[in-house]
Amino acid sequence: MSEPILEIRNLHAGVENKQILKGIHLAIRPGEVHAVMGPNGSGKSTLAGVLAGRAGYEITAGEVIYCGKDLLALAPEERAREGVFLAFQYPVEIPGVNSTYFLKAAYNEMRKHKGLPELDAMEFLALVKERMTLLHLPDDLLKRPVNEGFSGGEKKRNEIFQMAVLEPTLAILDETDSGLDIDALKDVAAGVNKLKRADSAQLVITHYQRLLNYIVPDFVHVLCDGHIAKSGGKELAHELEEKGYDWIIGCPTCPGAEECPLEQHPPRG
Amino acid sequence: MATPVESPPHTQRGVPPKEPDAYRVSFERLEKTRKEPAWVMSARRAALARFDELGFPTLQDEDWRFTNVAPITKLPFRPAFELATDGATPESLDRFPFAGLNDRRLVFVNGHFAADLSAVPSPAEGVRFSSLRQALAADPAGVEPHLFRCAGKEANAFAALNTAFFQDGAFIFVPAGRIVVDPVHLLFVNTGRDDGATAHLRNLIVAEPGSQVTVLESYVSLGDAAALTNTLTELRVDDHAQVEHLRFQDEDRHSFHIAHLAARFGRASKVISHSFALGARLSRAGIRAHLAGPDLECVLNGLYLIRGEQLADHHMVVEHAQPQCASHEYFNGILDDRSKGVFHGRILVQPAAQKTNAKQTNKNLLLSDDATVDSKPQLEIYADDVKCTHGATVGQMDEDSIFYLRTRGIAVETARRMLMHAFAGEIIDRVRCAAVRDELDRRIWARLEQQPHLAAGAK
Repeated sequence: MSEPILEIRNLHAGVENKQILKGIHLAIRPGEVHAVMGPNGSGKSTLAGVLAGRAGYEITAGEVIYCGKDLLALAPEERAREGVFLAFQYPVEIPGVNSTYFLKAAYNEMRKHKGLPELDAMEFLALVKERMTLLHLPDDLLKRPVNEGFSGGEKKRNEIFQMAVLEPTLAILDETDSGLDIDALKDVAAGVNKLKRADSAQLVITHYQRLLNYIVPDFVHVLCDGHIAKSGGKELAHELEEKGYDWIIGCPTCPGAEECPLEQHPPRG
Repeated sequence: MATPVESPPHTQRGVPPKEPDAYRVSFERLEKTRKEPAWVMSARRAALARFDELGFPTLQDEDWRFTNVAPITKLPFRPAFELATDGATPESLDRFPFAGLNDRRLVFVNGHFAADLSAVPSPAEGVRFSSLRQALAADPAGVEPHLFRCAGKEANAFAALNTAFFQDGAFIFVPAGRIVVDPVHLLFVNTGRDDGATAHLRNLIVAEPGSQVTVLESYVSLGDAAALTNTLTELRVDDHAQVEHLRFQDEDRHSFHIAHLAARFGRASKVISHSFALGARLSRAGIRAHLAGPDLECVLNGLYLIRGEQLADHHMVVEHAQPQCASHEYFNGILDDRSKGVFHGRILVQPAAQKTNAKQTNKNLLLSDDATVDSKPQLEIYADDVKCTHGATVGQMDEDSIFYLRTRGIAVETARRMLMHAFAGEIIDRVRCAAVRDELDRRIWARLEQQPHLAAGAK
């Protein structure tokens, strides 16, 4: 078995004395697609935030090893340069920053980090044109400021487009399906699938099983009150779709019904 | 038809100048030496009386609450009576903005038209580009229907002083239906040799029905004395005319700059007026836009970028007098060190102005803990079917945006720089003339890079 790209060991994290992640264990190897599912409040976005280096989280225990390095010791931009990419649940609008300028700066940071020469404007444009066709993005997108005035679907496509340009080793997709209609969902999923490589991995975070019809995971993990309550193959996602999350309660890692937020989630029909 | 609004009733009597005699003596000299039509001289006399009546504004005056002009009132009064180019050579002007428009520029030195430094474009039939003084001498009847009309009764001491003492300025007249494609550049140079050296400039821009023109005003200094520029531009845009107007103020940081734009817009006209304030120790840009016809669109767009001990004040009144007009005001400020920004935006909607769409935003970024901003929106609405919004923000850079950029591999300092340039870029991008926009972009970029705390930000 090859070395994992990402190994999370006993990760505990929270905000202002509130524990959110309570001992996560997870190993992701090259070529694998992992899905983390769970209801609201289970810690999904915290996990994505901690991995990308968002400020405000306190890591109280555990470690995260990324390609042999201590991920948590790196600044967000260093993680990105090492190949970690977070597709945001809510991509940020940045008025006045031209998309091409922004993406070229980001791309060249990756090149510099790898000791490669930076691409000039012409070379970069050629690369970008090729990747744009992948996501069915409008041509004028590159002339517009980053995400400004984009529809929900365009913003999510733009995240995957950035991923296509930056070619990460570990892509974390945080609720990429939220707010997407079915066509946009298919486009985004098709993009993600095309970007799959034997030497990279994807971590797909989602509330619903819907996205996993199109991005088929090798492993599914159910996050419940800051723990991974159950892991399985892709069939686990279907089971969750049918039965809801409640049946997971009572599994040995769950701390008990009184504390478990899943109780508030009745099974969906 | 609605009449222009008088200054607010709570305006108090200001303070008299330190040396009242200096003004009288100067005025007597002006009366003796200027050969002007009687109606001009009588307007000057009335304005001097108005100045005596008003006095300089104090902090008790609501319209000047945040801008203390006491340092100006303490300066000696030294209007330049005649042209002395005083070191202003064509080469010395090269470093100033819009040198690419060298062949289409009128240069004024210390308030006087400098023909040798100017290249007056040869206009199409009926179009006039000239110095106001020359126009008054050559064709007073062509000027009389326009001059003093937009400005009306002077609301403050500086406007009154301007009418009483203006030396010269530009006269731009575009007759009905005429489209002037290339911008005209008015370059106002203060040689800044002596404290109190004062240039009183009066510009008059008239765009007749259906005409189009772009006018740029830049204000710069050669020296570093505490000089005063007191400029007033009257802008009349008639029905269906389209005007882009831009002020770029980058005077020396020891100087004082008081500007006023008195504008009147007609039916279905389209006007965008920009104000860039980078220089001067104290600058005030007053804007009074009278939306006098229905269905028009007006954008007021501005950026102040200051540091050290600078103060930049934008004070505007947008008066909607007729229905179905849209007015947008966008003002961004970037403030470093102990600088101070002032924004006052008053939107007045008269009873007849139904379906008004008025929007105002004032955003400020503070790069230092000692920088301050006073932002004061003021909506006064007398019609019932209108849409008026305003918003003001004062703060630091958005942490979410910085994080987003960092997750794409961009270093935190670079991310801050990008956002700062973007913040200025929002305003610059509204400049329609591409060559002008590109130049402003370069100049302001360079200026931003000199901000002492660009990458650090306030805590």
